[in-house]
Amino acid sequence: MTMRPITFFRAGSIDEAVAAVSSHPDSAFLAGGTTEIDLLRLNVVQPTLLVDVNDLPLTYLEDVDDGGVRIGAMARMSDVARAPRIVERYPGMSQALLLGASEQLRNMASMGGNMCQRTRCSYFRDGQSPCNKREPGSGCSALTGINRGHAVLGTSEQCIATHPSDVAVALVALDAMIRTIGPDGTNAIPIERFFLRPADTPSIEHPLAHGELIVAIDVPALPVARTSRYVKHRDRASYEFALVSVFSAMRVDDAGNVAELRLALGGVGTVPWRAHRAEEALIGRPATPENFAAAADAEFADARTTPMNEFMVTFAKRAIVRELSEVTS
Amino acid sequence: MRVTCVVNGETREADDVWPGESLLFVLRERLGLPGAKNACEQGECGSCTVYLDGQPVCACLVAAGQAQGRTVTTVEGLAPGSGEEQLDRVQRAFLATGAVQCGFCTPGLIVAVHDLLARDPAPSDPDIREALAGNLCRCTGYEKIMEAVRLAATS
Repeated sequence: MTMRPITFFRAGSIDEAVAAVSSHPDSAFLAGGTTEIDLLRLNVVQPTLLVDVNDLPLTYLEDVDDGGVRIGAMARMSDVARAPRIVERYPGMSQALLLGASEQLRNMASMGGNMCQRTRCSYFRDGQSPCNKREPGSGCSALTGINRGHAVLGTSEQCIATHPSDVAVALVALDAMIRTIGPDGTNAIPIERFFLRPADTPSIEHPLAHGELIVAIDVPALPVARTSRYVKHRDRASYEFALVSVFSAMRVDDAGNVAELRLALGGVGTVPWRAHRAEEALIGRPATPENFAAAADAEFADARTTPMNEFMVTFAKRAIVRELSEVTS
Repeated sequence: MRVTCVVNGETREADDVWPGESLLFVLRERLGLPGAKNACEQGECGSCTVYLDGQPVCACLVAAGQAQGRTVTTVEGLAPGSGEEQLDRVQRAFLATGAVQCGFCTPGLIVAVHDLLARDPAPSDPDIREALAGNLCRCTGYEKIMEAVRLAATS
């Protein structure tokens, strides 16, 4: 254990937390800490001031806008997964939560923290390999390294690190809104704009100012989400990150056409991946396996693979077709 | 920093704590409670599982400062005494079924099973496996552990 000097401060209010982090350049918020404390000990992140936000009154779930839910940023994953209004209105989101991590980690990990979860790329986590996300300009070891689990969508020449979250996949499909309070006041960020693709700046993962704190996640009312599902395919049956995961919420009309569809993918993208192309290809068209396959092809048309992860494209397309076929039948 | 928390019903204090060190380190090295084990140190293995404010967590991933003012129960706190009759039913079931080999994963499993049975008094086998997915055992192959959980649930 490297004993770098660190100051620890538990904030008593949101304003106090924001002021403490924004006035100190090497500071960081500390929520559940299940990723952050790990990375701190691995020397991947090196804050000199930790501002603990665990006492802030942000553990609530409350109804908003005729059937939507506002989730406080410090609500724990395990509590949200089992909350009746989440199970009833967004079962796919509850499933995504319960398929993530382990009971012990879900009990500690917060919803706001999950939005800021860091990649599991081993070159990022080892603290020393060239990695543009950890050390901008140092290069990307994963491009030519062990990259079986790396992303095939949303990649760049600078970074192919996979986004690891499950629940964020559900939230991008549901068009959630990230609410923040920062040194410049309050902000609301549509979730797809909250997750930045690596492009030329893989170290910048979110459009957050230093000291800007996630305070809540708003999930809008969406009747079709009441039959949503989340399936996760992985190397072992439990407690593993996804190779491919699929969140779906679909309504087929009496004529057999896709009337509504929300589709998002985990494990394959540098960000939680909303399958917009597949959605557009299917809405208004017959809900048939052939059309599902064509939609999956469209989604992966621009996939960029390596010899080790090219199987993911076939795997993910099949996962989409299987999931939509099961939902339809 | 000084960290004060209630551990197994007693208010305990630790001084000169590095804020980046773990609750696990505080429990084992500063408070003399070596029940929770230090294995992977990254939340993978569950051998450090303790209750924090009533919820089982990986103590290796809780910063010492996060435990300030909180309530912690370790495996040492589950039994009122050290005689076999005084052990918790989960501990007795692990003994009775031979679910312990090297013993390193056992304290974490005991806490995780204790929590599982509090939430679900009669879990199915798949539910047991899922609930214990975060506790790795490299000796038993888990079958004896499954037996122990079934026995504890009915005792």
